[in-house]
Amino acid sequence: MTVAVYVGIYLGFLIFLIGCVRRVIQYARAPIHLRWELYPVPHEEPGRVAHGGSYFESSDWWTQPRHFNWRGELRAMIPEILFLKGLWEFNRGLWYASFLFHFGLYCTIASMVLVVGQVIMSAAVAGWTNGLGGLAVAGGYRVTGYAALLLTLAGALALLWRRMRDAELKNFTSPADIFNLVFFILTYCILGAGYCLRPEGAASVTSIARGVLTFDIKAEVAPMIGFGLVLASVLIAYIPLTHMAHFIAKYFTYHAVRWDDRANLRGGKIETAVAGYLRYKPNWAAKHVGATGEKTWAEIATANPAREVRK
Amino acid sequence: MKRELNIEEMWRVDREPLTHVENADLMPLPAPLDIVEKDRSWAPLSPQATKKYECGLDDTCAVSVRQPESPEEEKRLVATFLSGLDKLFMKENNWTFLQPLLLTMEHCTRCQTCADACHVFEASGRNELYRPAFRSEILRRLYFKYVKHGGLLSAWQHGDIQVNWPLVARLIELSYRCNLCRRCAQTCPIGADNGLVAHELRKLFSQEMGISAKEIHEQGSMLQLKVGSSTGMSPEVVKDNIAFIDEDISERTGIEIHTPWDVEGADVLLIHNAGEIMAWPENPGAFALILTMAGVKWTMSSELAAYDSINYGLWYDDAQFARVALKHAEAARKLKVKKIVIGECGHAHKALCVIADRLLGGDLNIPRESSLTLLRDVVMSGKIKLDAARNDFPVTLHDPCNVVRLMGVVEPQREVLRLICPQFREMEPHGVNNYCCGGGSGFAIMSGLNFPDWRFHVSGRKKLQQVLQAFSDCLEPETPKYLCAPCSNCKGQFRDMLAYYKLWDQNRILYGGLVELIVNAMADVKPGFIEWEWR
Repeated sequence: MTVAVYVGIYLGFLIFLIGCVRRVIQYARAPIHLRWELYPVPHEEPGRVAHGGSYFESSDWWTQPRHFNWRGELRAMIPEILFLKGLWEFNRGLWYASFLFHFGLYCTIASMVLVVGQVIMSAAVAGWTNGLGGLAVAGGYRVTGYAALLLTLAGALALLWRRMRDAELKNFTSPADIFNLVFFILTYCILGAGYCLRPEGAASVTSIARGVLTFDIKAEVAPMIGFGLVLASVLIAYIPLTHMAHFIAKYFTYHAVRWDDRANLRGGKIETAVAGYLRYKPNWAAKHVGATGEKTWAEIATANPAREVRK
Repeated sequence: MKRELNIEEMWRVDREPLTHVENADLMPLPAPLDIVEKDRSWAPLSPQATKKYECGLDDTCAVSVRQPESPEEEKRLVATFLSGLDKLFMKENNWTFLQPLLLTMEHCTRCQTCADACHVFEASGRNELYRPAFRSEILRRLYFKYVKHGGLLSAWQHGDIQVNWPLVARLIELSYRCNLCRRCAQTCPIGADNGLVAHELRKLFSQEMGISAKEIHEQGSMLQLKVGSSTGMSPEVVKDNIAFIDEDISERTGIEIHTPWDVEGADVLLIHNAGEIMAWPENPGAFALILTMAGVKWTMSSELAAYDSINYGLWYDDAQFARVALKHAEAARKLKVKKIVIGECGHAHKALCVIADRLLGGDLNIPRESSLTLLRDVVMSGKIKLDAARNDFPVTLHDPCNVVRLMGVVEPQREVLRLICPQFREMEPHGVNNYCCGGGSGFAIMSGLNFPDWRFHVSGRKKLQQVLQAFSDCLEPETPKYLCAPCSNCKGQFRDMLAYYKLWDQNRILYGGLVELIVNAMADVKPGFIEWEWR
């Protein structure tokens, strides 16, 4: 049982990692697109962020130094990541469920980090576990663990309720959407029940974590916790295969699209990259495009189909 | 009448419209348009039109796609569509927007946050067909099934779809029920972009199937590339018209002006939307007067396409877009000007300053900026004497989406208005959170069949509500009111929509640009530049 649980956890995290890296590479390797930003762009000068202005508001903007407003960007990013600020502003009804769910996931991650931290510190510092630091961390992972269980379950149930009851979502709910939420609910229920009902003498959370980190199979993982952990591992592996990997997409949609206001400078990186793309040979079929599969984008863009027709 | 609509109905094989919009379903308007029974009725599509064109989406027809003559032709069209769909996701064919498109396809959580941000959806009375995610959901299913070659598992995960000609025909029309204002994208918690989806669908139809609205292709970008302007004006004609405008403005203002043409080494190459020259000549005339009085060294260009800032490719075709943008930049390079300044045209702002930025390399990368910043600088510099009392009437400002949300030019126009218009009042919401006029993405110039009925009743309705609310304290005809819209397309929409609802005749709401207000306030100009006559 213990070996199976460990292998499940290793595989789950490995597949998750590969899936995430694959997605990151897919988006990062896509060509630099034409500018498509949306204002407000929070790294603009502070005086402009409030009304959503850009450097285009200055005459001769290209002659003026530009300062990247990190503070502005962080002020937009942190509330968005932690508290889903956009949803709060634009879809309050969904925010309550979504925030519970996502904050539950953050608590899950926090709890896991604290457990792993506890294992590492216990190994590194003699007497850590019973010292003030160890007790504080133990309290921390218990509190975040319980919060994770309650918030994620409440959020997932609320989201499931909405998916099934909201008529506006009827056209936009696939069986997989229901499955995904049920998967979360089931996994957290089993993990929660396994923890609460664990038999005396069963391996503690830190023992399991220590075992996973050192591949020490001596720990006796209780059957229900073991099953819950395998299920959680499958869930973790499954996430990058779905739109639930939007935590990756969101980096790109914000930083590479919505807020990407980098100007094309002569001799700069963008100009070099685009010069390469202009050598691509498209094969769009409409006559006016004039793409033969042999002509480059540069040749197509400098042709004039209206004048050619007249000849 | 509004009813539930399933996505599966998009591939229904009959040609009956999927939805029917009635006035009673629409978002209510404030006074004086608050009585539903008095709302104008829609002209139905004629039997000839429904027999000839694909009109199976709703009550109107924007693109007028001819019905195929045989099942073989339908099959060929579907095959072409699928081949275009593939190309949309290949970097060789679509490097320009591949990354944002992939992100939108793969990560929408279908939460519908976008729906409440969409003026078309809201104004239609929340008609399911116009839900911004409805169109995207179809492309998303197509992407997973035909581009990613997903099987049953994919259909379970993303939803299934069947491709046939009725689906393609309806999708063509549906891609022209979005103003591309991207207000929905602004609210998406993930950053998915339904506006981009409509844009990319239009590209697929144009670049692969040769299908687009004739007003923006044959009569738009193609005409511009052929004679120099979508208005049909050749360089000779435009020079004649500008000379006439100079003469007229000189007479009206008492200040002699001569628009300079093709001046090498000028500081500013000013490019107007040529529609202004034809429809609102006081606008280029006012520009000429302000720049002359401010001592700006400026010129216009008579090169092909360089006297018309429009770039309709922005809405439907990357190749056409790049061609026109290059023509603008080449003209500036030839004249060795220091910068290009875009007149009062929203989409031209975004096209040349923002979207074309990465296409213009080397010596074609000539600085480009908005006329609104230049005007702000002129007004604030004190080079022209202004008397705000001349503009003592209610003024509100319409924000063109392309200038604010999509380019971030928000304050310059307001700084001017606050200074010269004592009764300036904002619409709510405004700035980057504005609503589209309803004419965006080409709609303002699309008047085929009964499409205007749709754009006044549905796409323009939210803006109409805002305008009426902004002037709610002074709707009586005794008070002339000015709707400032520094964008040609928006003005086209307002001209048609205000006339449709008789808001000039009955409530004296006039529309116009920013420069007209500036000249109207100029102390050295004969009073009464704004004539309070309907154009």
